[in-house]
Amino acid sequence: MTRDAAHLLPSTEPVTLIDSDGHPVPHVGHDMPDPQALVSAYAALIAARRFNDQANALVRQGRLAVYPSSHGQEACQVACVQVLGDGDWLFPTYRDSAAIVARGVDPVEALTLLRGDWHSGYDPQTTNVAPQATPLATHLLHAVGVAHAARLRGEPTVVMALCGDGATSEGDFHEALNFAAVFRTPVVFFIQNNEYAISVPLARQTAAPSLAHKGIGYGVPSERVDGNDVAALLTVLGDAVSRARAGEGPQLIEAHTYRVQAHTNADDPRRYRSEDEVTPWLSRDPITRLSDYLAEQGLLDDERVAACAADAEQLAERMRAGLNAETAADYRDLFAHVYAVPTSQLREQQALVADELSREEVR
Amino acid sequence: MTSVVPEKMTMANALNRALRDAMRADESVVMFGEDVGALGGVFRITDGLTAEFGEQRCFDTPLAEAGILGMAIGMAMNGMRPIVEMQFDAFAYPAFEQLISHAAKMRNRTRGRVTLPLVIRIPYAGGIGGVEHHCDSSEAYYAHTPGLHVVAPSDPADAYGLLRAAIESPDPVVFLEPKKLYFSRSEADLTLPVPPIGTAVVRRPGTDATLIAYGPAVPIALEAAEAAAQEGRSLQVVDLRSIVPFDDETVCAAVRSTGRAVVVAEAAGFASVSAEVVARVTERCFHSLHAPIRRVTGFDIPYPPPKLEHLHLPSVDRILDAVDELQWEYA
Ligand SMILES: Cc1ncc(C[n+]2csc(CCOP(=O)(O)OP(=O)(O)O)c2C)c(N)n1
Ligand SMILES: [Mg+2]
Repeated sequence: MTRDAAHLLPSTEPVTLIDSDGHPVPHVGHDMPDPQALVSAYAALIAARRFNDQANALVRQGRLAVYPSSHGQEACQVACVQVLGDGDWLFPTYRDSAAIVARGVDPVEALTLLRGDWHSGYDPQTTNVAPQATPLATHLLHAVGVAHAARLRGEPTVVMALCGDGATSEGDFHEALNFAAVFRTPVVFFIQNNEYAISVPLARQTAAPSLAHKGIGYGVPSERVDGNDVAALLTVLGDAVSRARAGEGPQLIEAHTYRVQAHTNADDPRRYRSEDEVTPWLSRDPITRLSDYLAEQGLLDDERVAACAADAEQLAERMRAGLNAETAADYRDLFAHVYAVPTSQLREQQALVADELSREEVR
Repeated sequence: MTSVVPEKMTMANALNRALRDAMRADESVVMFGEDVGALGGVFRITDGLTAEFGEQRCFDTPLAEAGILGMAIGMAMNGMRPIVEMQFDAFAYPAFEQLISHAAKMRNRTRGRVTLPLVIRIPYAGGIGGVEHHCDSSEAYYAHTPGLHVVAPSDPADAYGLLRAAIESPDPVVFLEPKKLYFSRSEADLTLPVPPIGTAVVRRPGTDATLIAYGPAVPIALEAAEAAAQEGRSLQVVDLRSIVPFDDETVCAAVRSTGRAVVVAEAAGFASVSAEVVARVTERCFHSLHAPIRRVTGFDIPYPPPKLEHLHLPSVDRILDAVDELQWEYA
């Protein structure tokens, strides 16, 4: 059976609802989110930016081992979470700490991995947030599995699965799209195309017209959206979530954004891109765009601006307090979580460390 | 003739020089992987190669390790000598299928008609405070696979020589680069003849017991030998350099000369290269041994987070404790 494939294709231009000067852009088929949603998004954006700034500062102070910043991508970070319901799941990468916090996870727990305390800090079972995935695209298949299990039980769960532009080159990305499509699992694959995979530009990842075009080969409806326009993101991602929940199967959304900062603090972007390339993106900042629009619409007054800033400052304060506090390293953690029941070898190894540490104390 | 003065350099410099010299010497040598072009690799091992040799010979690929190795296999089948970089140990796993089912077996499947002169460079092991998936010691997977050579240098001179040898090898070589040694400096005479893959070396003479190590564990074994010397015990240190092929002769001669041995490795001990060393040496040297061979290895756990890694890694004290247990009362 062949079907008309055109409905699977993304629009030729990414969907934009607010332009970079803060003016509304009329758009056929995509409505402006309601004011309440935009005001909530504003608060979340301010918090996400503050989170990035504070994490960058903590890395400089040696309180985090490494930080992959989502500065400039905050609209993606907050929108993909705001469109989810309580029972839905989020599958983030290393770059999505701000999204995890926007989902309600404690910021210090969210930074456990990057702090170097443990591989993951928050409880995926209570938060419905999977551990941050570093091996690229591998978690997208897990997202399909979580959605499939929910579907088998008749639950209305939707899974939001995040990845970058580089990750779309990995085999697992393609397997995940195909599995999700074949089983009609309710997954929204959300690509934050920030134009770089460390030093490698998008042109080296794909010869396709866009990353969203990858959906058609798997039978997955796809859309492209301006990744610095939180209004467009809320609408496009919200529609995708609704369709997935309604049983229409997986959806693929590509957000066009830009990695304004280095890949991580360990990276040196001067080796592979010029400042001239970065500059135009600074004026497309997702926060100024939304605040200009809200101000123009009379939806944002000084009082609200101050309240949001104060909330963000409280978040930063919580990060500083939590991450500046010394946490004790417990050697038993090394052995406690390898198996349900530690093997006799692990018990021996734990005893060896215990003995070493007790001898150190005597000295 | 000018006399050659050994230069002081880091292992990263030495590896870069080896790539450069090999690419100058042989046009069929090409280098590719993730971020190896303009960036020069996340550890800068390929720094300047694209500038010198052009996009054709040192280039970035799409982000897919199976793709990288699979394409390298095809290029090796057709007259090239590809070198690929896997960005970190754990990110080589998507290429496992290509490595195990194809790179390792092509010679065998075709009765030697198709051979694969390719090198898979992998920054590996821990000790750098890296978060998960950046610190794996994956040598046992590769060493367990017939058809692959597996080498792990421990100093700049060997890094240069072994990489040149790996590139010249007619068979696939998994080249494990201990990340924590990348920026350690020592003298290296790059004009010395390339050591053949498959030879171990005695790094430090000693008469009481033999420490056997490779890759990232060698400097810590040498430190332990130095500390033991202060306490009046003379420890010999053997650096395997090459895990496959394994140099039974050098290792066994060393152990026979002392009658006692401790194997030191960063990888988990269970079903490991260190276990293989103990088995081989015991089979061959049983009657020269005064005590069972001991091992100091990583624990049988996933590599721990930065905060706990110091407890996991072999330490001087842990090595000296193991040496103490070599039944000296029967000396
Ligand atoms: C399987 C795998 N290969 C390589 C890496 C190393 N690595 C970490 S991030 C990254 C770039 C990823 O780029 P992209 O998917 O665009 O996401 P971004 O970092 O831009 O958010 C690479 C190559 C990895 N984490 N996993
Ligand atoms: Mg990217």
